[in-house]
Amino acid sequence: MREIACDSIRDAVRLLFLEACTAPADGVTGLLADARQGETLPHAREILAQLIENNGIAQRERTPACQDTGMAVVFADIGQDAHVVGGFFGDAVEEGVRQAYADGYLRKSVLDPLTRKNTGDNTPAVIHERIVPGDRIKLWTLPKGFGSENMSRIAMLSPSAGVDGVMDFVVDCASGAGGSPCPPVFLGVGLGGTFESCAMLSKRQLLREVGACSPDPQLAEMEAELKRRINALGMGPMGMGGNTYCLEVRVGKEPTHIAALPVAVNFCCHMLRHAVAEL
Amino acid sequence: MVTLRLPLTEKDIEGLEAGMRVRLTGDVYTARDAAHKRLVELIARGEKLPFDLDGAAIYYAGPCPAKPGQVIGSCGPTSAIRMDAYAPVLFDHGVRLTIAKGPVAEEVRRSIVRNRAAYLCAAGGAGALISHHITAAETVAFEDLGTEAVRRLTVCELPLIVGIDSKGESLFQ
Repeated sequence: MREIACDSIRDAVRLLFLEACTAPADGVTGLLADARQGETLPHAREILAQLIENNGIAQRERTPACQDTGMAVVFADIGQDAHVVGGFFGDAVEEGVRQAYADGYLRKSVLDPLTRKNTGDNTPAVIHERIVPGDRIKLWTLPKGFGSENMSRIAMLSPSAGVDGVMDFVVDCASGAGGSPCPPVFLGVGLGGTFESCAMLSKRQLLREVGACSPDPQLAEMEAELKRRINALGMGPMGMGGNTYCLEVRVGKEPTHIAALPVAVNFCCHMLRHAVAEL
Repeated sequence: MVTLRLPLTEKDIEGLEAGMRVRLTGDVYTARDAAHKRLVELIARGEKLPFDLDGAAIYYAGPCPAKPGQVIGSCGPTSAIRMDAYAPVLFDHGVRLTIAKGPVAEEVRRSIVRNRAAYLCAAGGAGALISHHITAAETVAFEDLGTEAVRRLTVCELPLIVGIDSKGESLFQ
């Protein structure tokens, strides 16, 4: 049994949100530079140049790259031999979020869905815990903006739809979203499972490092084909025309029921904001 | 590239064409979901509005808090689509320019044509860069809404692209 103090969990969450909001994920700015080379429309090139410049300003000034600093999503893989001491795990995460959003001058965007009254400190966080082997805790933070989150969709397809039905659904999601999710986007696609696990799987794809395609050859092929089909729609950066709407498509799958073919699509903007640490 | 100063003249608006790159200078008002709801409710009740809509430019944005020494925090555009329910009412009441990101409903496009207005787009996610083009910020209404309050921003050479022009030509079709 290894002890992990709540204070260190709180401090890690705080730092990870500050980092994720002010620095693009590794490799993202390179993808935007490549995309810019591939555009001919002057306004498409200008948009991509601005996004690259914006990433530089945010990093240099340690200021949020985007004003939508999101809902605080936290994935936590908790080793079953880790013992959290000095408080409750969930409280430590919430306090880390609270401090990050106050200290970093991040926008507080969380409110009651019906009264629309803001909670004032961007809590509660959305926390996804998973018990894993080992004695460590691995934390991923995703400040999830809702321009992209709002465009996400799930479909419980019939098995008869097959691979073609899955591909058509994902392309249709992109086509319907247009410029709203801040393209060029990253798409997380979940296949299989149940209604909720499929959605979760699609979001987990956003934790992948840039440039890492699926190790499953069939899924890797689907990722490449989806990206080709979506970019061929010509929607381009910000949906205003061009060659790059989608920077990467990531597909994950898990077993499902004989009656089912669930598919979920989670959109993420061009920054792919996330940060990771292990305690 | 076109350089424009607010408020726009009829000629300025007529000269805009979808896809054109613009640098905009002058005063704009921020309003997003909650502020739009209130403005449209005030109009429906025939009450006085907190700022003059006639000829106004509305920027769909809710900034981050300003750090000490900053005019404003990160302040990029939000999605225009969520204001579809309100935008035609505001165009019909004098708004000449909206600034946001992404597509709008067909009804909004028609109200832009009807009112000889225009929709300009800022780069979504470029909030830090855009904040460098804001030289003054003052809350003018609905302070209780926090980030969603109406602010008058003075922008200087704000980089934009014409999304929908006064003839109804759109980059989103």
